[in-house]
Amino acid sequence: MVSAMEIYMLLPKTNCKKCGLPTCMAFAVGLLGREKKIEECTPLIEEKKYEAKLNKLREVMAPLESASETGLIIHPEKCFGCGNCVVACPVNVAADPTHCGVGLGPQSDKVILKVEDGVVVANNLEECKRFGPGRVLCNACTATCPSKAIEFV
Amino acid sequence: MAICTGCSLLCQDIEASVSEGKLTKAKNLCRKGHGHFQASFSERTSPMIGRKQVDLNQAIARAAEILRSAKSPLLFGWSNSTLEAQRVGISLAEKLGATIDDTSSFCQGSLMESILSGRLPSCTLDDVRNYADTSIFWGADPSNSHPRHLSRFSYYPRGEKRQKSYEEERTCLVVDVRMSATAALCKENLFRVSPGGDAEFIEAILSVLAGKIPRVGDKKKMIELGTMLKKTEWGAIFPGPGLVYSLQGNMEILEKLLARLNEITVFKVVPMVGHFNMRGFNELLREKTGHINRVSFKGGEIVHGPEQSVMTAAKSCDAALIVGYDPLSSLPFATAQALARLPLIAIDPHRSLTTDAAEVVIPAAISGLEAGGTAVRTDGVKIEFEPIIEPGLPADEQILKRIMEAI
Repeated sequence: MVSAMEIYMLLPKTNCKKCGLPTCMAFAVGLLGREKKIEECTPLIEEKKYEAKLNKLREVMAPLESASETGLIIHPEKCFGCGNCVVACPVNVAADPTHCGVGLGPQSDKVILKVEDGVVVANNLEECKRFGPGRVLCNACTATCPSKAIEFV
Repeated sequence: MAICTGCSLLCQDIEASVSEGKLTKAKNLCRKGHGHFQASFSERTSPMIGRKQVDLNQAIARAAEILRSAKSPLLFGWSNSTLEAQRVGISLAEKLGATIDDTSSFCQGSLMESILSGRLPSCTLDDVRNYADTSIFWGADPSNSHPRHLSRFSYYPRGEKRQKSYEEERTCLVVDVRMSATAALCKENLFRVSPGGDAEFIEAILSVLAGKIPRVGDKKKMIELGTMLKKTEWGAIFPGPGLVYSLQGNMEILEKLLARLNEITVFKVVPMVGHFNMRGFNELLREKTGHINRVSFKGGEIVHGPEQSVMTAAKSCDAALIVGYDPLSSLPFATAQALARLPLIAIDPHRSLTTDAAEVVIPAAISGLEAGGTAVRTDGVKIEFEPIIEPGLPADEQILKRIMEAI
């Protein structure tokens, strides 16, 4: 996963404020949090000398496009299907306490994470604690994953 | 709801739909179980004699003929069969005066012996979920071997007395030679041992518990471990093949550790069996003969010992019946070579090196998918299951019964 510093290194680093933020570092953080778009950095787009940096930036930002609204990225090729995240997710447990709560596979449709065809899939992301303006940085699913198959942007 | 026979956890909450010979949708199956279900539809065997296709009746008749004419046959495999099939298998061994052995012979036999004879205190996995606050994985990596172990029983689920589960009330410890996938989940509680150093590590724990300074390992970390063990209310140890192989049959030292721990608090041992019904076979044979594996019925007497193990018996027997296992791929070369020279009878749903080398191949239905029956989970709980697909083939039990009748 790309870091804010890596993104910053690919920006003009002039702190021109054209994007509306005070510094390029703040813009890098904005890009990572998907509150800003690369196009908002006009010098990077318009000036020829930044072309190589722009291409590199688009390359490193490409994997983030597959992230969901909450920044969740699932790598199915790494998943063991162990269901640790399914049982650990607080929203899953609240939605289906008699199954997810005691380690069984979910029976309710309201759960976020469930294991299908041997790998984890995410639904109902609007229920995730990381969703919306009042979000909290819950990491129950990533911390319990033995194979780093779940990541947050 | 189906049951998964991919490992010894026998997960019962599986929803699988099958159509046109394919697994179309599967819910709650882990990756290993999904692979097990998917593989059910490929590389299936057909009845064969001397690599030539025949019909099932001919194959069974030839198998009976080989076994009847053999002086000291070996019956091996069994861990992937139902209790019903295993029961017939043991009777067949008795009738033939054969040697019977299963995969525990070179795997977790010594540990299973200690557990079944009551020298190591054991409990069910449901007890672990309900009461355990400390789970120790010792030489085991359930994330790979039993993927749903942590989520169903040992670490993440809420239990009767453990409502706050892994967040506050449960601790997971790993003793291993390497940073396994399970160890990555509790990095701060990984205790590394050198290969073969488990007995020394147990000695170190015993000295810490006695208030002495341990001789091996990081002394500070060992003292922390001692404190953690003493503070445990209800602990469970899950020894894997790593520990069993490292102790080389010296189970007394593990028994000593458990006895000492149980003086302080409650500690149980639950084995991490690989094949789905290895424990079932061990229990059945123990009931019948007093031994969990390596038994010979030659001359009507029950003889048990290392000479009756598959490793030695493969070299001295004159025919072998292999049920649901592939010894030619998994056993050491000398044993595999000795087996390959014998007239082999393989009862297996899938094609393998053993079925390729066998004189007689008898296809069987896959337990759990095409055949129902009973199996014993790794912790000793009996689980009954029904087939989810119409079986086009006879189950192990029916094949063995027919062989027995023909003899």
